[in-house]
Amino acid sequence: MIPANFNYHKASSLKEAFALSAELGEEAKYMSGGHSLLPMMKLRFATPEHIIDISKIEGLSYIKEDGDFLKIGALTTQTELEHNAILKSKYPIFGDAVWLTADPSVRNFGTIGGNIAHGDAANDQPALMLALRATIIAESADGKKTIPIDEFFHGFYMTALEPGDILTEIQIPKSKKNSGGAYHKVERKVGDYATAGVAVHIELDDDGVCQEIGIGLTNVSAVPMRLERGEEILRGKKVTDELIEQVGVIAGEDAEPESDLRGSEAYKRSILNTITKRMLNKALERARQ
Amino acid sequence: MGKHNVTMTINGESVSAEVDSRLLLVHFIRENLDMTGTHIGCDTSSCGACTILIDGKSVKSCTYLTVRADGANITTIEGIAADGTNHPLQKAFHDQHGLHCGFCTPGMIMRAIDMLETNPNPTEKEIRWGISGNLCRCTGYNNIVKSVQQAAEEMSKEKEASV
Repeated sequence: MIPANFNYHKASSLKEAFALSAELGEEAKYMSGGHSLLPMMKLRFATPEHIIDISKIEGLSYIKEDGDFLKIGALTTQTELEHNAILKSKYPIFGDAVWLTADPSVRNFGTIGGNIAHGDAANDQPALMLALRATIIAESADGKKTIPIDEFFHGFYMTALEPGDILTEIQIPKSKKNSGGAYHKVERKVGDYATAGVAVHIELDDDGVCQEIGIGLTNVSAVPMRLERGEEILRGKKVTDELIEQVGVIAGEDAEPESDLRGSEAYKRSILNTITKRMLNKALERARQ
Repeated sequence: MGKHNVTMTINGESVSAEVDSRLLLVHFIRENLDMTGTHIGCDTSSCGACTILIDGKSVKSCTYLTVRADGANITTIEGIAADGTNHPLQKAFHDQHGLHCGFCTPGMIMRAIDMLETNPNPTEKEIRWGISGNLCRCTGYNNIVKSVQQAAEEMSKEKEASV
């Protein structure tokens, strides 16, 4: 399969990318790792007239703790996330997710920024970002903007990014004492999108009371979904098996999955119930370590 | 249609060409350069038959634009051992019957090279996950895993000997 005709442009800096975007208009698409966009172009689901390659822009690949935040550059590849020492020791939820995302060769080139900016509820990173309450930094010729994750996803392949905007950084509140996260998705086979997936991040105080909780769901709604009702049940309470049971039921009730080749709606609701409980327990276990 | 002059190193040799924006790297390698060791299987970045190395990292070349490889250092199955010799992975696939029809083998080997570079002593589980993006419809994978294990041992020994 060969993509429809388009013109390729390479940007060596953000400034160059913004200038190209201004010149080429809305028919231009940015490409970073290209492992979501190019397959869509080969299937002719996407037929942009211009591709602006941002993958060679320097200085956008990093993982660092800075002030109150963990900061991840948008061009950081999934493989870099997988092997990073900070993430391994303090943010194991990334290891859970990356391990299940595509396969090693795709991860070598696919980027975290692209995974999020693509705006696909089937991708894994959006659920993590919801659970971790990330902030998205986007830049354009007009400057920098800060977008809370709850305002980022607008619809199927639609995000708060406007034409010309480039997602440049992801900021996540720094890992606190007694906090932990976990992610799992059920997939039919390696490299598949999730039948359903659940990301959980929980913060406890010294008495084991839940101070903050984030639950994000993968591929069970048009837009990456926060399980608000489930979060409310746990926030401010000591987490018991009974409460976890309740949140599992809510996950099955509140999600909006559709029947497809990956499973029936009822099956997806059922596995959401199960994985939500498992991920809550796994996150709690990590928080208590 | 956009045309671009690209120059890249393929298996140690510099190659220059004028290519269309939309030319996929696997087509450039197979059709422009006549190097047909790199296979096209699914053409949807699922099967891994087209796996090559770009700057040492495995990539599915059906999902990479040739123009993006401008300036890159590329290795294909043709370039992993000198003529008339076998790479330890090639030898191991032969010794352990790591192939039947052989269609997936070049991709398997290129992927295994990258894996053993980052993890020289993988466990069986790590090998299975490491080749999880490469599909084989003949062997049932067991002999492929054994092949990678044999090569890992041999390559570690070679490394020790050269230190």
